[in-house]
Amino acid sequence: MAEQDLKTTGGVGARVLRKEDDRLLRGRGQFVGDVRRADMLDVAFLRSPVAHGRIVAVGKPDHAADLVFTAADLAGVRPIRADSTLPGFRGSDQWPLATGKVRHVGEPIAACVAASRAEAEDLAEAVRLEIEELPAVVDMRRARDAAAPLIHEHWAENVFLESTAVGGEPLAPLKAAAAVSATLQVRTARQSMAPIEGRGTVAEWDERLGMLTFTTGQQMPHVMRSGLAGCLGLEEGQVRLISPDVGGGFGYKGILTQEDVTLGWLAMHLGRPVRWIEDRREQLTANANCREHHYDISGYASAEGDLLAIECAAIVDAGAYSAYPFSACLEGAQVGSILPGPYDFPGFKCDTFSACTNKPGILPYRGVARTGVCFALELTMDALARQIGMEPSQFRIRNLVRPEQMPFDNIVKKHFDSGDYPEAIRQAEAAIDLAGVRLRQARPEADGRRIGIGFAIYCEQAAHGTSVYSGWGIPFVPGFEQATARLTPDGGLEVRVGAHSHGQGMETSLAQVANEVLGVPVPKVRVIHGDTSMTPYSTGTWGSRCGVMVGGAVATACEALAERAVAIGAHLLQVPAEDAAVVDGCVRSGAASVSLADIAHAWYRRPQDLPGDVDPGGLEATQGYRMAPNDHGTFSYACHACVVAVDPGLGAVEILDYVIVEDGGTLLNPLIVDGQILGGLAQGVGTALYEEMRFDASGQPLASTLADYHLPGAAEVPDARIIHMMTPSPYSRFGQKGLGEGGAIAPPAAIANAVNDALHPLGVRITESPITPERVLDAIAAASSQTKEAAE
Amino acid sequence: MKAARFDYVRAVDAADAVRCLGAGGPQTKIIAGGQSLGPMLNLRLARPDKLVDIRRAADLAAVAATADAVVYGAGITHAAFEDRLVPDATPGWLAPIARGIAYRAVRNKGTIGGSVVHADPAADWPTVLLALGAEALTLGPAGPRAAPLADFLVGPFQVALAFDHLLTGLRLPKRGPHARWGYWKFCRKTGEFAKAAAAVLHDPDRGETRAVIGAVERTPILVPDAAELLADPRAAADIVARLAPERAPAAQRLHAEALERAARLALAPQEIAA
Repeated sequence: MAEQDLKTTGGVGARVLRKEDDRLLRGRGQFVGDVRRADMLDVAFLRSPVAHGRIVAVGKPDHAADLVFTAADLAGVRPIRADSTLPGFRGSDQWPLATGKVRHVGEPIAACVAASRAEAEDLAEAVRLEIEELPAVVDMRRARDAAAPLIHEHWAENVFLESTAVGGEPLAPLKAAAAVSATLQVRTARQSMAPIEGRGTVAEWDERLGMLTFTTGQQMPHVMRSGLAGCLGLEEGQVRLISPDVGGGFGYKGILTQEDVTLGWLAMHLGRPVRWIEDRREQLTANANCREHHYDISGYASAEGDLLAIECAAIVDAGAYSAYPFSACLEGAQVGSILPGPYDFPGFKCDTFSACTNKPGILPYRGVARTGVCFALELTMDALARQIGMEPSQFRIRNLVRPEQMPFDNIVKKHFDSGDYPEAIRQAEAAIDLAGVRLRQARPEADGRRIGIGFAIYCEQAAHGTSVYSGWGIPFVPGFEQATARLTPDGGLEVRVGAHSHGQGMETSLAQVANEVLGVPVPKVRVIHGDTSMTPYSTGTWGSRCGVMVGGAVATACEALAERAVAIGAHLLQVPAEDAAVVDGCVRSGAASVSLADIAHAWYRRPQDLPGDVDPGGLEATQGYRMAPNDHGTFSYACHACVVAVDPGLGAVEILDYVIVEDGGTLLNPLIVDGQILGGLAQGVGTALYEEMRFDASGQPLASTLADYHLPGAAEVPDARIIHMMTPSPYSRFGQKGLGEGGAIAPPAAIANAVNDALHPLGVRITESPITPERVLDAIAAASSQTKEAAE
Repeated sequence: MKAARFDYVRAVDAADAVRCLGAGGPQTKIIAGGQSLGPMLNLRLARPDKLVDIRRAADLAAVAATADAVVYGAGITHAAFEDRLVPDATPGWLAPIARGIAYRAVRNKGTIGGSVVHADPAADWPTVLLALGAEALTLGPAGPRAAPLADFLVGPFQVALAFDHLLTGLRLPKRGPHARWGYWKFCRKTGEFAKAAAAVLHDPDRGETRAVIGAVERTPILVPDAAELLADPRAAADIVARLAPERAPAAQRLHAEALERAARLALAPQEIAA
C-alpha cells in the first residue's frame, strides 16, 4: 500500500502514521507550560529540607505575609487519603501543605505566590523555617525494628500493608524433593520517573460558572477530578480538569498531588489564575519516586529441570504517604500475585510487606511492580538452570505454561487468556542466535571483554476490570469503559473518550477502530480526550488498558451509532432497515447506498425528510464496554533476549544485540505497538544500568539533577529487533491485548542475566540493579577474594 | 529553580572585563559560555550580584602562535577546537579531545577558559592541559601574568584568580612529530562527565614525560614519576594506590584502568589525524 494511502485510510491492524505527530513533531503541541492567562501568578513551594521532623514554626516574611500560605491558611481543605480495604492496611493523611510534621525531604510546607517564579522562589527563601529534626527511617529492612521511629505516630509499626500469597501444594515436601535450590537476595534501586515534561498545573476560578478549572497533564482526568473536589470540599460539577498535550506520563501523571490541591485553594482564595511548573529538582528529589524492592527469594527444582517451588519474602519501600488513587500497596499487594510469572509449577509462597519510610511516596511507574518481580524471578530461574546444568532458555521452556493449557488458571488463580509462551523463547533463541553466541564465548575476545547472553520472559495482565479491582477497595474501581460516537452535521465523526492519550497514539488508533466499524476515513475521525467537560467518565489511562478497554468502548459506541445511521439511511433509500448495513462510510442495501454525510445532513438539517418515529437519540451514542465473558484482563507476554559485552576492568556493560518476541494479540496499529515497546525498552535499560536515586543515612536524596541521576540517552538504547506473535485474546473486542507497559518489564532481568552469563566464570553473580561499573567491579573483587580464601 | 536577581553587563574586551570586575567587587562574576554557570545560577548555587558577559570580547577568542607555543583565547569554544577552526599546538590531538566533551550543544557554547576556571575535577580540559604543560594567562589591574596550570588549579572548583582578575588565555607548548600522547576517559554514558580519566604525554624533543590522573573529585593529579608508567603501564595500579589512596576500591580500579590505557595509547604507534 502506498504511503499516502496509509495516511488516509486504515482500520484495525493498519500501519497508520500517528495523526498527533503532525503537531507534536513540528513543535506545535500545547502543553501546560504553554498556557497563558492574564494576571496569572506563579507559585513556588517551600519544601522540607529534612527527611523527618517536627515543624516548630513557619515564619512568613514580614514584607509579604499575604503572599505566603501554610497549612494553617488552607481552611476547609482535607488531606489526601488513598486507603485500601485490604485487611490490615494503614492509611496516611497527606496534607496539601505539611501539618505538624514533615516525613520526607521535599514535602511542601508553604506556597509562595508572586508575579514570576523567580520572585516566588525569593519569597520561599525568605520564610523562616524552624524544624526539630527526628531520626529518619531510610532502609526498608529496618522499618519495623523496635527502635525505628514511628513515621505516623498512631501506627503500631512502619508498615502500610502485609500480605501473603500462597498457591499449590505444601512447600516442605517439594523442597525436600528438590535436587537443586538457589537462594538470592535481590534488590532494585529507588528510581525517579523522568518524563521530559514534569508536572505542571494552571488553576483558575470562574465566578460565573462557579467552577474551578485545572489545566494539568493528567492520565486520569475524571478520577483526579473526584479527588480534587473531595479535598477542596467542592461538588464534582464545580471542578473541570483539562489535560492538554502531555510530555510523558508513565504513571507519574496519574496522581492526585499536594501541589494541585494547594493550587485549587489558591485560585479560589486569590481569585486569580495560579500556575506551578515543576522543576527537575522537585521532580527528582521530592516527587517522582518509584520501584524500590527487596527480595529474599529461593527457587527449587528437580535434577531434570522441573521447577518445583518458589518461596519469597519481599519488601517494597513505599515511602511516607499512600498516593491517591492507587494507594501505597499497589506494588506490595501485587508482588505475590505476579511472582509466579508465566510458569506452571506446584508450590508457591510469597510474604510481602510495604514499608513506610522517610522518602517520597512510591508512585506507579510503567510496569508497576512487574519490573522488580520479573528481575527477582528471572534471576532465580537462571541461577537454578546453572545449577542443573541446563541452558537457561531451555529450563524456561520446560516450565512455562504450554499453549494447549490455555486458557490457564495459574498457581495464584490468575487467568491467562491465550498464547504460546514457549514459542516466544524458541523464536528469541533463533533470532539472537544462541548457538552462535555460545560458540563465540568459547574463544577469548580480542579486546579482553566477556560476552554473555540473557533471556527473560514475563506475562503482563492488562485491562483488568471490576472483578480484579473491587477486592482492593482503593478510591476507584474500573467498570464499563464508555465512549461517545457522534456524527457532525457535515458527516465528520467525533469520538469522545474519558481516558487520555499522551504518547500512546490513541488519536490515531481509536480513529482506526472507528474506521473499522464505520468506514469513516481516519483523518475525518476526531478523537476528543483530556477534558472532563467534553468526555464520558473513565478511570483513565493506566494498567495498559486503553487499547483493550477504550478500543472496545469506541467500537461499541460506533456500532450503536451505526444502528441509528442504518435506520435513517434505510428510510432515505426506502429499503427495510434489516436489508441495510454500514459499509465504508455509507449505508448500503444492495447496489443502493447513501453516505453517512448525507444521513447526518438529513438528521441535522432536513428533519422534514425523516419519519415521525425516527429514533430521537439521533446520531450520537454513548456506550459502555467490558470484557466478556470475564474481565480478568488480557495477558500479553514477551521474551527479551540480549547479548552483552562486559569489560571486567571497567565494569562497563555494552549491549551488543537485543531481541524482543512479543505477543500482543491483534495489533491495532503495529507502528504504535513498536513505538510503545521501544519506549519501554529505553526505560528498562535505565532501570537495568543507570537509574538510581540514593539516599544518605539521614534520608537526603543524593541526586538532584540529571547530571547525578543518569538516564539512558539515544546512544545507550540498543537498536532492538521486534518479532510479533499475534495470538488473539478470546476476551477482547478485536483480540487485542494490553501491552503499553511491557517493554519496561523485562530488560533489567534480561540484561542482568546476560551480565551474569558473561561473568559467572569469574564467580560473579549480580543481583542488584542498576548494574553500575562500581557494582560490577566490587562483585568481581569480592568473587576473586573469595576464590583466594578458598585456595588458602 | 530560577536564578536569583543579578545585574548584567557586557564587556567589549578583556581590559573592559577587568574594569567591570574591579568596579563590581568580589560578588561580580564572569560568564562566558554559561554551560556550568547557567545551571548553577538557576539552582541558586551561584549567587553573584553581577555578571560580566565576555562572549562578545573579540580579543578573548583570538589565537596567537609563536615559534614554540600557541596562545588560545579563553573564550574559544570547544566546538572551535573540534571543528579545527583554530590551529593545533599538537599533532592533531586537540580536536578529538574537544569532540569528547559533553554534547555538541554544550560544545557550541562552552569555552576552554570557562572550563579551566570552573575547575570541575571531572572536566576534560584541566586534565588534558595539565598533561600538555599549559600556562594560564591572566589579566588584572596591574597587568598580565602567566602561571603554570599546576599552580593555577588549586582545588576542586577553585583556581588562583583574584576577584578582579580574568583568565585571558592558555599557552600550550608546541609538540613536534616525535611527541606521543594518550588520553583515555571512562564515562557511564555518552556525554556524561568522566568517572575516570588520564592523560599521558611523552615528548622526547623537549625531554618531557607527564601523566595526569583526572576525575578524582579533586584537582587532577600530576604523576611525579611518569617515566615509571611508560616503562610499564601495569604500574598504573600502584601509582593510583599511592597518589589517590582516598578513592574507593572500585574507583581506584577505574583510575588505574584509565591511566594504564592512556599510557598504552601513548606507547602505541600513532596516526596523526588529518
